Amino acid sequence: MMEATYIKRKKDGRIHLKSGNRGDRVIGWTVISLAVLTVVAFLFFNYAGLELGSALKETAYNLKVMFLEPTLNHFSLEEALYQVGITLSLAFLATIIGAIVAFFLSLLAATNLAPVWVSRIVRIFVAIIRAVPTVLWVLIFAIAAGLGSEAAVLGMLFHSIAYLVKAFSEAFEEVDNGIFEALRSTGANWWHIVRSGVLPSTFTYLLSWVFLRFEINFGVAVAMGAAAGAGGIGFELFMASGFYFDLREVGFITYAILIIALLLEVISTRLKKRYFPTTSD
Amino acid sequence: MSLLKVEGLGKSYTADKQILKNINFDIKQGEFISIIGPSGAGKSTMLRCINRMVDFQEGKITFNHQDVGSLNKKELRNLRTNIGMVFQHYNLVPRLTVLENVLHGRFGYKTTLQGILGRYTEAEKEHAFYLLEKMGIHEHAYKRCNQLSGGQQQRVGICRALIQEPQLILCDEPIASLDPNSSKIIMDHLKSISTEMGITCLVNLHQVDVAQQYSDRIIGLNNGEVVFNGKGHELSEEKIHKIYGTQTKQLIIA
Amino acid sequence: MNEKAMRKHRWQSGIFLLIILVLTYLSSAITKFNFVEGMATIPEAIGWIFSNLMVTQESLDKLPKILEKLAETIFMSIAATTTAAIVSLFLGVFGSKTTKVNNFLSIFARFVASVSRNIPVVAWSLILLISFGQNSVTGFLALFAGTVGFLTRAFIESIDEASQSSVEALTATGATYFQVVSKAVIPQCLPQMVSWVLFMVETNIRNATLVGILTGTGIGYTFDMYYKLLNYNAVALVTLCIVITVIIVDLISNHVRKVIL
Repeated sequence: MMEATYIKRKKDGRIHLKSGNRGDRVIGWTVISLAVLTVVAFLFFNYAGLELGSALKETAYNLKVMFLEPTLNHFSLEEALYQVGITLSLAFLATIIGAIVAFFLSLLAATNLAPVWVSRIVRIFVAIIRAVPTVLWVLIFAIAAGLGSEAAVLGMLFHSIAYLVKAFSEAFEEVDNGIFEALRSTGANWWHIVRSGVLPSTFTYLLSWVFLRFEINFGVAVAMGAAAGAGGIGFELFMASGFYFDLREVGFITYAILIIALLLEVISTRLKKRYFPTTSD
Repeated sequence: MSLLKVEGLGKSYTADKQILKNINFDIKQGEFISIIGPSGAGKSTMLRCINRMVDFQEGKITFNHQDVGSLNKKELRNLRTNIGMVFQHYNLVPRLTVLENVLHGRFGYKTTLQGILGRYTEAEKEHAFYLLEKMGIHEHAYKRCNQLSGGQQQRVGICRALIQEPQLILCDEPIASLDPNSSKIIMDHLKSISTEMGITCLVNLHQVDVAQQYSDRIIGLNNGEVVFNGKGHELSEEKIHKIYGTQTKQLIIA
Repeated sequence: MNEKAMRKHRWQSGIFLLIILVLTYLSSAITKFNFVEGMATIPEAIGWIFSNLMVTQESLDKLPKILEKLAETIFMSIAATTTAAIVSLFLGVFGSKTTKVNNFLSIFARFVASVSRNIPVVAWSLILLISFGQNSVTGFLALFAGTVGFLTRAFIESIDEASQSSVEALTATGATYFQVVSKAVIPQCLPQMVSWVLFMVETNIRNATLVGILTGTGIGYTFDMYYKLLNYNAVALVTLCIVITVIIVDLISNHVRKVIL
């Protein structure tokens, strides 16, 4: 049979189904490695002082108290709103300043706007910044610049910049080359091209990225309040759970955070649907 | 003896708009039937009522003495195994090989576990190669489907339907996304399936001339109603106008 | 654009800019953030970093201990991500429009994902710390809880995007639900999903530092300890270790992604 030449058989004569390409193999190895590492991890764990049964039971009880009987004991509702405001403000400041810095940096990171070596340097710089966890940035700034909102905002700024530079520069790189040519042929200089060619066609897109980052920064700001003493609702959460052991208050604060986060998510999903039709239906 | 009998079929997605209205027709074993009509006439919905990919509210469909509307889950699965389906956009799994996609047609004969583990017998694999060779694409058997051209992908889709060993094949606009050359290859294959293998073909088409050239019989659908049911040569200018309404002019120019 | 539309556009931009400025001002006022002062501290801070955050011979002696904690953190992150991925796979399949079993399960899956995602990891850590105490399991569960939400949403999007047509085709051949999921949905979405999982491993290693500070486990705890002891040389070493780890993981996952996508 002439078709026989196209059939791939195993040693035992059974017919192969897969083509055995590299992508499939790599996926297979990745999944297997992750599985093995996970099993090893469970053997490695430090189980000091853990009694799983009672811990689970206690957690279930705690969750019930938290979510079904939320109240405020150590401060008033007004105070709680004020603290939420602080967290939102920290997130907002880090996002806005981050967006401005990221805008200029991303002009240097976009391969169609800057020389290759410049864009490579910016990218490496951004990758290193990203590798340091935000909480470490905040803590480092807290000692370097003195504790205060400045340390929190500056620390959060780094990841915001890294995130937005990546998003912005990719947006710039997608700008139609024809626009550049047209503007260049009129004798426009680099700054002119950015202002009247790149910016108008990407502005709304950039704006929705900024908002997505704001959503992330809210969570980060909560975390910084709890872990780095940056104030706001995160700090109150830390106090309620680690200092007063007040489950009902923890529940209340968690609800407050959840509501804000959900609101932000709803808005950002709308933005995504509107401006990134490809990533969501 | 009729293989498929549709009586008084009606379907609506929303209360105010009826997609299909009182559809009646009858198809014999081995017939090649085209369904033509403007887009939005309900062709796709009607096809999907036959294997209950879409549930219908009114009327009765009888396939092989079985009342399609009243089947339970297991019987429905059995029905679908006996009915192959070919799609406009081929509906293959792009990342899998051609061979795997063809063998997907065997799931109806397997237990869930066999399917999940991908256990196919050697006979099934040989059969898949036989069908691929018949369609002239056996040399691509180990390629990923997304590396194939549209016409080739559609032939994979036909192989997947054939390996089900069906009595009926439903084709939903099989050539609407293809160039004229590939279209002819696909239509020729479908035709030979009905003449050589005796498998009944029910094909949704856009092009009147293609329908006339290939079909034993043509059913014309307009606005959810059957407005024509007869041989290709009986389809006069006036009748075409009745099917396509005001669109006729554009259609002929196009 | 005519003149009127242009004027309207200008006007809108002006309002928008004004709102941003007002919000910035309000935020600064609430948080007592001084922009000028903040910016002025940057050079100072960088100077401080370069003069104090230095790895010395003495701090290098602590390296074995740090590496041990680092390994614990890495393993914890991977375990949390993979177990979360398994749960998310089910939630994703049930939650997606193309593969949902019924509306109740779909809404349930999306609800679980949304709650788990929107309660920040810190909150999970603090909640779990109360009853689980200071050990790896607390950190693991905190990361797990946040990851489930994120991955479920990502998986739902991948499934919705990739597989509607092949799901229809396989259902029409008479395949059962689980056959359709395992042979049409999973093969098509697996590269995307693996890519998301790798992304999450990297994110979780960074988050694990934060969780560690709060729950007293892993590298986060080590960092916090040296930080409070004002041993900045050791702090520098810990930071360096984390940076190198994250970059290595990032490089590996980028490489894998390039091959599989």
